[in-house]
Amino acid sequence: MTRKQRRSVLIATCVAVLGVAVGLVLFALEDSIVFFYSPSDIAEKNIKPGQRIRIGGLVEEGSVKRGDGTQVQFAVTDTAKTLPVTYIGVLPDLFREGQGVVAEGKLGGDGIFVAESVLAKHDENYMPPEVAEALRKQGVWQGAGQAAKAN
Amino acid sequence: MADTPGFFGRLANPTFFLKLSGAVLPWLTGLTVILMLVGLYLVFFFAPPDYQQGETVKIMFIHAPSAWLAMMGYSIVTIASIGSLIWRHPMADVAAKAALPIGACFTLLALITGSLWGKPMWGTYWVWDARLTSVLILFFLYLGLMALWQAIEEPSRAGRAAAILAIVGSVNLPIIKFSVDWWHTLHQPASLTRLDAPAIHPSILIPLLVMMVAFTALFFVLHLTAMRTEVLRRRVQALRLTQVDAARAGEGARA
Repeated sequence: MTRKQRRSVLIATCVAVLGVAVGLVLFALEDSIVFFYSPSDIAEKNIKPGQRIRIGGLVEEGSVKRGDGTQVQFAVTDTAKTLPVTYIGVLPDLFREGQGVVAEGKLGGDGIFVAESVLAKHDENYMPPEVAEALRKQGVWQGAGQAAKAN
Repeated sequence: MADTPGFFGRLANPTFFLKLSGAVLPWLTGLTVILMLVGLYLVFFFAPPDYQQGETVKIMFIHAPSAWLAMMGYSIVTIASIGSLIWRHPMADVAAKAALPIGACFTLLALITGSLWGKPMWGTYWVWDARLTSVLILFFLYLGLMALWQAIEEPSRAGRAAAILAIVGSVNLPIIKFSVDWWHTLHQPASLTRLDAPAIHPSILIPLLVMMVAFTALFFVLHLTAMRTEVLRRRVQALRLTQVDAARAGEGARA
């Protein structure tokens, strides 16, 4: 083996070992790296009430109820499980039914999530309004919710 | 390879590199200007507002190309660093070093434009999700590598230290790319590089692709210019050293 080949093998080995090590670390830290839990994760992971977490999913169609002032109730769903949420405050512009959302707050004892902040999650679809409207009319595509579910 | 240098072998000759890059640069610069003008025209007069984002979608035409260059820049640094460690050739060091500040600038641009987009769309300038955090780490990697080059005076030693750090840091590249698929993030998944068709309507996609090509051309203009500057800087330094040596030798002879 020439010196160049030896150096190449050494570099490849180091990168492979480092890659595996980083991969294992990231895999072990998965719970802290995720930005939010889905409603299914909440049911699975047995999250205690009062623990500060973020939940994310789609705002369920027909679930948004406005109360007094800026009080609002809605349900976050990942199509398998659904979690009711209450929030007092100003919602982001992109907040709407069928749209992705991330809420930070605490799970109440009654199973209702009390949000302290709500962020809108944008999906990866970009199109002009006319195209969105046409697609909706054709029934091919039911709005942001449909596209996000496909992921 | 040592006896009959191929194209890359000849390119590794600084004099040949200066000649070739000097001939290519004016054309590449002209191409960049044309692409940029066409791209900006398409962005402002052809691309429609998005059905949800409205005119805010225009930020994406700067954000996505900047983010792409942040990744491409670091890929170039990584490949050059591997070349530097294996072949120990100064031109590989020059290529890696010259790409650092350019990559850092585009990374910062991607972070700032993303932040400005995030406020009206998400409702926040910044969150610590996997995509945003890994890109911030990329920015710090660029800064760290630049600092390392400054900290070590002797170019070949600085080059080797920076190359090792750059290769170690390259594990961040797949993390950035796949962060949106591996973990729940606030950042949306990829629109362009998908197995099925891009999730962007052609009226928005075409201006974006032109901007991507224009930014890439701009990167190479800046990178080639920075590489030429670095080669010339090293020559000036070498000349100064020989002058000092000559002066010392002269003094020694007089004494």
